[in-house]
Amino acid sequence: MRYREAFRLAFSQIRSQKLKSAFAVLGVFVGATFLVTVVSVIGGLNRYMEEDFGRRIYGLNTVTVRRVPSVQFGPSESARRAWRRRPLLTFQDAEAVQAQLEVPAIVGVESHSGGEVQGPDGTTLGNIWLTAASPEYFAIRNMELAMGRTFNEAEDRAGSAVVVLGADAAEELFASRDPIGKTIKVQGSSFRVIGVMEKQGSLLGISMDNRAIAPSHSPMARLVNPAGVVDEIVVKAQDEVAMGRAMWELEAIMRERRGLRPTEENDFELETAEDSMSFWTRISQILYATFPVLVGIALIVGGMVIMNIMLVSVTERTREIGVRKAIGARRRDVVRQFLVESAALSLMGAAAGILFGQVGAQAVSAFTPLPVSVAPVAMVGAAVLGIGVGVVAGLYPAVKASRLDPVVALRAE
Amino acid sequence: MNWDDPAPEGDVVIRTRDLTKDYVLGAETVHALRGVDIDIERNEYVAIMGPSGSGKSTLMNLIGCLDTPTAGQYWLNGEAVAGKDDDQLAHIRNRLIGFVFQTFNLLPRATALHNVELPLIYAGVAAGLRRERAERMLDKVGLGDRMEHRPAELSGGQRQRVAVARALINEPAILLADEPTGNLDSRTSREIMDLFGELHQGGQTIIVVTHEADIAAYTHRTVLLHDGMISSDERKRPTRGLAAARPESDFQPPVGSAAEAT
Repeated sequence: MRYREAFRLAFSQIRSQKLKSAFAVLGVFVGATFLVTVVSVIGGLNRYMEEDFGRRIYGLNTVTVRRVPSVQFGPSESARRAWRRRPLLTFQDAEAVQAQLEVPAIVGVESHSGGEVQGPDGTTLGNIWLTAASPEYFAIRNMELAMGRTFNEAEDRAGSAVVVLGADAAEELFASRDPIGKTIKVQGSSFRVIGVMEKQGSLLGISMDNRAIAPSHSPMARLVNPAGVVDEIVVKAQDEVAMGRAMWELEAIMRERRGLRPTEENDFELETAEDSMSFWTRISQILYATFPVLVGIALIVGGMVIMNIMLVSVTERTREIGVRKAIGARRRDVVRQFLVESAALSLMGAAAGILFGQVGAQAVSAFTPLPVSVAPVAMVGAAVLGIGVGVVAGLYPAVKASRLDPVVALRAE
Repeated sequence: MNWDDPAPEGDVVIRTRDLTKDYVLGAETVHALRGVDIDIERNEYVAIMGPSGSGKSTLMNLIGCLDTPTAGQYWLNGEAVAGKDDDQLAHIRNRLIGFVFQTFNLLPRATALHNVELPLIYAGVAAGLRRERAERMLDKVGLGDRMEHRPAELSGGQRQRVAVARALINEPAILLADEPTGNLDSRTSREIMDLFGELHQGGQTIIVVTHEADIAAYTHRTVLLHDGMISSDERKRPTRGLAAARPESDFQPPVGSAAEAT
């Protein structure tokens, strides 16, 4: 009952001073907006990374041998130099792995580069992701074909100039015509199109469909790497346990091949999807660690602004407080009036921030490649924080108002 | 408790004994009231007069329970007031005292109706009943057609009527008016004083603090303060207003505010 009255009063007060109220809640508004937007974006990225990135880029239960880490998180100059001294990975390494690995697993090689392709009608596409890979590539990467077929073991051994195109590359080169059997040029070399991949979509804004994949021993190999060199040896095990064993065996095989002494460190990298995502884990850890601080600062500033505005409000309304006390308002009535007002004010700021944060998150998802997931927890959190900031910020002004001497307050101008 | 001077019984609404108020201003102590003894009975109509600095405002604040005495006793409606805390005093103000101020002291953003309802809110009266009682009270002071107006949309006299309605809404033991006509022109002053006269005849105990002899002339008793003490206390027949001008049977309630187009 009393609270209803206090709310009514609070809203009429806020309404009557819209501009001042709007300024008062700016800090809380910014804090709430920030909280909702950032949590939505981080949450979306997290889900995306876990669900899509790992599977699509690395494949499940897959270990990749590389010369240097695929994601380099601010390496030092000395680390960079050490990486440059590492030997290159070769087909022989891959064959040795294939021969010596005891765990049942699919072993493939991959090399990647960028380049241009040209269609039969002369259409040239730049910035195409070129891959030279063993036939196992498609199985390891869980990639399905939309039409045609993949190349086989025999074609790979023979180094046949055949190519599987990404959906976008095929679309742009052939439009609605059937690309199968047609000849395209990759960096000037001719390849026969034998298949087109299903659309993979984009990952962090990079199209996964602008690509051309040819056998590892085909002319593509020399377009992406020096002769005999591969970027990655990929080993896909049946399950997680087998992957762990494969990793252990891989390390042993590679160390033996490199003739490393037990005291020497690996001069190659073994990566799993989890490893490579560690960079993301680190980023999100940093974000999650710093951003409460930023939100906290916004809310503290917001709270101080509200407190100031409420103090001014108490001063301006000294006479009103005097009148209210004269006609029977007790201290707690006055405290309640101002607390409810500052809580309502702050909550309104937070609510606006939540709405705006949603809009912001949607904007991020619409105008950037970053995925966004709605974060109900962040929204509830922002609302609760909003009320909390309002109550805390309003406490001192409210108590101050309630302690006014009615005789003095009634005399105020 | 002073056992020689027991709490009042019967019709005594206000009794003070040796009521004293000192203000400490820096190193100096100002003796605003130096032992005031006063009894006011139910349905008295009293003017408290005195020059500025005489202590009449202090006395009003003490009688109105807005302030607490430095020493002395005060019974309001048979209840000792001294020693009550802030919230208890607020409760007493809410239930037993109706204030009318020189500057009206209405809430500017609230309608006349809401202003009158305000004491009922603090008394915890339900919204429906509140509204009903406030409407009835505004009708009684002749503002039945101005309920939704805000103070800025009302004349001075109308505002003071709203204030009177607010003061009376909880049926207080005393109506305490501090220079109620100080901000009104003479004609409007007369109307307000006529309203007071009517209320008095309806049984209301009224105390008017004023420095105008004109206003005191409407009352039945004049208490004169000087240097924080009562210098005279006279009961008399009012020389102005309803009671003086007309026999009681003749009395007519004040009508509307058509005459108040100031």
